[in-house]
Amino acid sequence: MVRQHSEPYLWLLFSAGGVLSAMLMPSLLLLFGIAFPLGWVRPPTHERMLAVLANPLTRLVFLGLCVLSLVHWAHRFRHTLHDGLRLAHPMITALCYGAAVAGSALAAYLLWQVA
Amino acid sequence: MADRIKLQVARYRPEREAEATFDEYEVPCPKDWVVLDGLNHVKDRIDGTLAYRWSCRMGVCGSCGMMVNGEPKLTCATFLADYAPGPIRVEPLRNFPVVRDLIVDIGDFMRKLVTVRPWIVREEEKPLSAGEYLQTPEQMDDYKQYSMCINCMLCYAACPVYGLDPLFIGPAAIALAQRYNLDSRDEGAAERHRVLSEHEGIWGCTFVGECTRVCPKHVDPAGAIQRYKLTAAVETVKAFFMPRGA
Repeated sequence: MVRQHSEPYLWLLFSAGGVLSAMLMPSLLLLFGIAFPLGWVRPPTHERMLAVLANPLTRLVFLGLCVLSLVHWAHRFRHTLHDGLRLAHPMITALCYGAAVAGSALAAYLLWQVA
Repeated sequence: MADRIKLQVARYRPEREAEATFDEYEVPCPKDWVVLDGLNHVKDRIDGTLAYRWSCRMGVCGSCGMMVNGEPKLTCATFLADYAPGPIRVEPLRNFPVVRDLIVDIGDFMRKLVTVRPWIVREEEKPLSAGEYLQTPEQMDDYKQYSMCINCMLCYAACPVYGLDPLFIGPAAIALAQRYNLDSRDEGAAERHRVLSEHEGIWGCTFVGECTRVCPKHVDPAGAIQRYKLTAAVETVKAFFMPRGA
């Protein structure tokens, strides 16, 4: 019987965040940050976007993307400071994960408001 | 190109000095000389008391690893001319206790290595008369990359996690565990899992990736660790949902 640790679950969150942000964020940024504003691709209308966001499944996917990407960032940033710059302080840990929780809450609030 | 180059070599003689100092030697710098040739020149012609390890001088034995200008390198595969005009700073491998001059104590690595059972484990050995354990080329490809490890410990010198937490089992031990886990003839994955799935096993790794960057044999220990993290995470989730086994 293998002893239960929390680390595998935390790593799965971290890993899922890495995969999702690497797969989806670049295409979203390319579309909404560059291609639509520069007119390379005709953007969907505001009403159409709102209708897509009105679907709870869309909002759930976006919330998952935001939460997992933030968890990934928090863990990576904390360890970059810890392993790379040898900065270890409980405050750094609290700020990193706290920022991820705050960002997740903000994402949830905005997604709730928009539709 | 200059025909000579300066080596700044770390010296530590515990009977004489409490801390390491640097001695400077000027050595010839032909284009085919490596750092180890320079050290051998010092030992043979200038200062016979210089202590360092080496054996094969062809990147196979893994004993001549040292820090060259702050980077972990096999000194038999690191050309002096690439550092011209110098000087070149040669130090013992980082993250290990120094025994003397450029020699480090590798006991910690050797003790950790055996805990992952880096050999083929069988629940039951076949009798000799039953013949060989056959393996297809595809099955060999699964682990071949990890079998290239020469235990040179450059990855330990490069790993900041090992530097901060000496209990961390380290990149080469995990890569070698994977070498046997992925071998179709092996049946020892469960035993290795007990060691690897601890905090000091794979979870200590924060995927800095320096181990893979410095590996002279392109083993990719960081990749081995991440692959095993997925295996271990899936095993943990399975054990949580099916505590009595599937």
